[in-house]
Amino acid sequence: MLKVENLVTGYRGKEGFVRAVDGVSFDIKKGETVCIVGESGSGKSVTSMSVMRLVEFENGEIISGSIEYMGEELTTKSNEEMRKIRGAEISMIFQEPLTALNPVFTVGKQIVEAIRYHQPLNKKQAMDRAQELLEMVGLSEPKTRLKQYPHELSGGMRQRVMIAIALASEPKLLIADEPTTALDVTIEAQILDLLRKLREEEEMSIMLVTHDIGVAAELSHRIIIMYAGKIMEIAESKELFEQPHHPYTKGLLESVPKMSGERGELLPTIEGTIPGLDQMPEGCRFAPRCEFATKKCHEENPPLESKRGRQVACWHVEEFLKSEEHHFSRKEDSIEVK
Amino acid sequence: MKSNKPDVGPLLEIKNLKKYFEIKGGGALGRKKQILKAVDDVSFEIYRGETLGLVGESGCGKSTLGRNILRLQDPTAGEVVYGQENILDYSKKQMRSLRKDMQIIYQDPFGSLNPRFTIGQIIGEMYEIHGLAKGAEKETKVKELLELVGLDANRYHSYPHEFSGGQRQRVGIARALALQPEFIVADEPVSALDVSVQSQVINLLIQLKKEMGLTMLFIAHGLNVVRHISDRVGVMYLGKLVELSDTDSIFNEPAHPYTAALLSTVPEADPEARKERIVLKGEVPSPASPPSGCNFRTRCPLATERCSQEVPQWQETRNGHFTACHYPLEKGETLRDAIAQRGNDADKKMNNLIMA
Ligand SMILES: Nc1ncnc2c1ncn2[C@@H]1O[C@H](COP(=O)(O)OP(=O)(O)OP(=O)(O)O)[C@@H](O)[C@H]1O
Ligand code: SF4
Ligand SMILES: [Mg+2]
Repeated sequence: MLKVENLVTGYRGKEGFVRAVDGVSFDIKKGETVCIVGESGSGKSVTSMSVMRLVEFENGEIISGSIEYMGEELTTKSNEEMRKIRGAEISMIFQEPLTALNPVFTVGKQIVEAIRYHQPLNKKQAMDRAQELLEMVGLSEPKTRLKQYPHELSGGMRQRVMIAIALASEPKLLIADEPTTALDVTIEAQILDLLRKLREEEEMSIMLVTHDIGVAAELSHRIIIMYAGKIMEIAESKELFEQPHHPYTKGLLESVPKMSGERGELLPTIEGTIPGLDQMPEGCRFAPRCEFATKKCHEENPPLESKRGRQVACWHVEEFLKSEEHHFSRKEDSIEVK
Repeated sequence: MKSNKPDVGPLLEIKNLKKYFEIKGGGALGRKKQILKAVDDVSFEIYRGETLGLVGESGCGKSTLGRNILRLQDPTAGEVVYGQENILDYSKKQMRSLRKDMQIIYQDPFGSLNPRFTIGQIIGEMYEIHGLAKGAEKETKVKELLELVGLDANRYHSYPHEFSGGQRQRVGIARALALQPEFIVADEPVSALDVSVQSQVINLLIQLKKEMGLTMLFIAHGLNVVRHISDRVGVMYLGKLVELSDTDSIFNEPAHPYTAALLSTVPEADPEARKERIVLKGEVPSPASPPSGCNFRTRCPLATERCSQEVPQWQETRNGHFTACHYPLEKGETLRDAIAQRGNDADKKMNNLIMA
């Protein structure tokens, strides 16, 4: 349904041209929820903004690669054509719903506009549909809400309104960029619940961008792990957690304290820091922080390839997995000794 | 790691602490003054050497509580007892010497360091303010501190912007530790950091606590982080402390319905960990106009008429386990069981939630 190939997106800044996303390839199937997980500067948002062709409005530029949606190439579409697709086929929700809503129009007006953009309904019909949508996203007192302005709503309510607007066109693909990051935990739980329902009931494909591996685990069929502008690994969600095939994925999973883990112990860490866009290492971007890195890793960039039934970008998958097995059997031994 | 240490005794006793703010708003012209109860009648003890975690949603009063305990803000009422004295009665001069014992680490590693000063100046200032060291001696001390928190001592002359977020947080920690305080309030020290850097700073805090015998009030909203680092955990809701106990007891056998619901929905990095989610409906009410009776009743699946009339007392419902609720969960009872069994209008209450 969506096929991204070798996407390179860059930004013009003070320090010249930087590549925020550098050669990214993945696909999303019909009805599938795919999460892009990454830390700051990994390029996860830039990837989603590229698919929507929104990077151009922020000094960015898709330099090369292809984005194919239902067999149509998006990178060469005119702005006018893109606007049509954004209105009807692909919808997006953002982290901060206040900036995405227009402060001077009521919630009702904004939803009605979205509905009438691609459905020939009169005002009354569109208003009824708007109310239906607000009910669907679980907003209390939808009739009242229609008459309110964005600033009169809480963050969680605004996010629901954004989702209602995104759903107005009955999109086939929903892109959600950190949809719960700005929300409180109990409100986050509500929105995740809503997304879960949409996933199950609406047969929609969802591309979820998040820094929270827990959110990804809860919602996604497949997970894409990004680091410093590149994809490190793509896997079925369950398999990823069972056995990461990339040293970075492993480091990322382990450094998050588990709700059932041993308390008070030192956590496994990934030493060092995430490189800035203007100081990307040659070769594998993760090499400076990787315990498996060799000379080759520092010199040559590993392609994202199918290895051991997994899409992974690492020169030393075999060595990594071997050491994992070793580790694992050592753990088993020590249990037996006890 | 046993945390209930009556033998050690409390380092700090917080008694009926209140912090009210007067805010504009309300009334037809928005001129009527309203009282916002940011911290409302909170009592608990902090034991010597423990890490006490504090969780709750945005605006529930965690930071205000932390700041008021340190008297970085003046409480409206209550007591903070330290070494048998109520520090809220202290004079400016007494407070100044107390500052050495009590410090704070802030969330924002970008905003909390003055960009015009070098790291050496920022940390060294702590010694100068208190007349403890200057010149070469100061420099030596600061460099030792930098190494203690895992920074290169050669960065003494660097400016904050030359550091990454995680490194800046280390600088903030070094500054707080400079005077070898007994007690530290860490207000969301890792919330702004990426996970791979977050674990480094968590480890640093764990190590420092062990080595220096620090007592810490650790404020955070990430339940997994709080669980990992804390000996005991307090849960706040709308200005009130609703539950406090040792970490295992809070996480395995919560007594307050709010805590139980909160825990049931933590997104976990494990797709196998299928659990029974109880998603609370509605929003946190405004602290300027909280509900009558129990603050939580508008979202509570167990609420009855009584909850709207009587404020639940803060009491020790189990050994060492404090709760403010008229109908706390029994040991081992799940919130779902409680909803199903209690009250005759259970169905109506189920309706009030989204179960998954
Ligand atoms: N100086 C002030 N004047 C008026 N109201 C204030 C002031 N400081 C805090 N408040 C209010 O007190 C309440 C508690 O705020 P506080 O910052 O302690 O919450 P918090 O639990 O730390 O939230 P967060 O998780 O967002 O950091 C909030 O409603 C806040 O708006
Ligand atoms: S006192 Fe009543 S409303 Fe408050 S938490 Fe307990 S049961 Fe719920
Ligand atoms: Mg705070």
